Amino acid sequence: MTTTTTGATTGERAVTAGLLPCRYCGTVWRDAHDGEACGRCGTTLRTRKPDSLNRTWALLIAACVMYLPANLLPVMITRSLFGTQSDTIMSGVIFFWISGSYGIAAIIFVASFLVPLFKLAALFVLLVTAGRRSAWRQGERTRLYHVIELIGRWSMLDVFVVALLAGLVRIQGFAEITAGIGIAAFGSVVVLTMLASLTFDPKLTWDSDDALPAPAPPQGKHTV
Amino acid sequence: MIEVPDAIVCESCDAVCRRTPLRPRQVARCPVCDTELDRHPGAQRRRILPLTIASLVMFAIANGFPIVEIELNGLRSQTTLTGAVIALASEGRSLVALLVLATTLLFPLLQLLILAWLLVPLAQDRQPRGFAVLVRSMQMLRPWGMIEVFLLGVLVALIKLSGMATVLPGPALWAFGVLTVLLTAVLSFDPRGFWDMLADTDTDTDTDTNAEAQPGVERGA
Repeated sequence: MTTTTTGATTGERAVTAGLLPCRYCGTVWRDAHDGEACGRCGTTLRTRKPDSLNRTWALLIAACVMYLPANLLPVMITRSLFGTQSDTIMSGVIFFWISGSYGIAAIIFVASFLVPLFKLAALFVLLVTAGRRSAWRQGERTRLYHVIELIGRWSMLDVFVVALLAGLVRIQGFAEITAGIGIAAFGSVVVLTMLASLTFDPKLTWDSDDALPAPAPPQGKHTV
Repeated sequence: MIEVPDAIVCESCDAVCRRTPLRPRQVARCPVCDTELDRHPGAQRRRILPLTIASLVMFAIANGFPIVEIELNGLRSQTTLTGAVIALASEGRSLVALLVLATTLLFPLLQLLILAWLLVPLAQDRQPRGFAVLVRSMQMLRPWGMIEVFLLGVLVALIKLSGMATVLPGPALWAFGVLTVLLTAVLSFDPRGFWDMLADTDTDTDTDTNAEAQPGVERGA
């Protein structure tokens, strides 16, 4: 069992207190400038992830574009004695459902359909609210970000299933499974949404106070 | 720039919190947004090196043996993880093959090798070479190793095949199962803890070598 303590806060945020934390090693520095190297681990210190909103938007839009072919194109092609069959993500789910494997059907439906859709929608909400510097439900938005980070990887499930079946079912003339072009699109959706959630800076969710300085604009590595 | 040692800044909301000493099993959370700030390392520092070595052994078994074999009308077919990657690449899906190769083979292996590289010298109170870069690489690789997702994928594929062929699980399937459990324990170790472990070896060794023992000092000053 884990007991929980709550750290006492000084009631201030690092950005207003003139403190700059290192994203990697966790040290906190006073009188450090954006772009300077961390005194312990050498990482470039940043108040906010550079150009976070624009980059996350770009990745999110790219992921949305790839989402269509990922769901419409066949991810798996089965050639057997009974002919050739193309499967999309959804027809795979339906196959399991009809054959009575409700549990597996539910797992694939959640991992391959719901999770990517949820991630796209959640990133959209986070980006729009952060862009408007909204103070709306900041605690919930932070939790939403942590959920996205946690579940994103599980969408890779279908990519692994197809990869394994393509490697395994290669009995010439009897049954052969090959990967369809849809799985490439699907894999790119997973990678793009993961990159998008890594690029998004959750601190932007809390930058609603107008008194705060604007998020640091993108700049060169060394500001003097 | 001056270090503020008694402060933690919340990664999620930028709140400045006081660093409090934690008892075993205690977790510090941000009072503003409830994100985890700090965690008592417990016995993890002693356990992590043996766990890493066990994981490397399991990793070798998981990749050296077939995961599963199917039998259909007297014909047999089997595959390893590498076999699946090669099959994808030969079908013209090189990008997907690369993605599978990276997330199930390269990145987990790199993580384990980096851990071993860092932990063996630390256990002997020596400073590992390339410490700062490797600790940062550990943090960057973290989201991209997906052994546990792959294991679930194998199970789904097995159920899918069980309707059309006889399925014989191979030794690598069990190895992947054990590897998933081991990796969960190994990777729950926060790489930031390496800096505390390095600080511990510094106090043990001669302070004259301190400048050399702290990478980044010359870069950060």
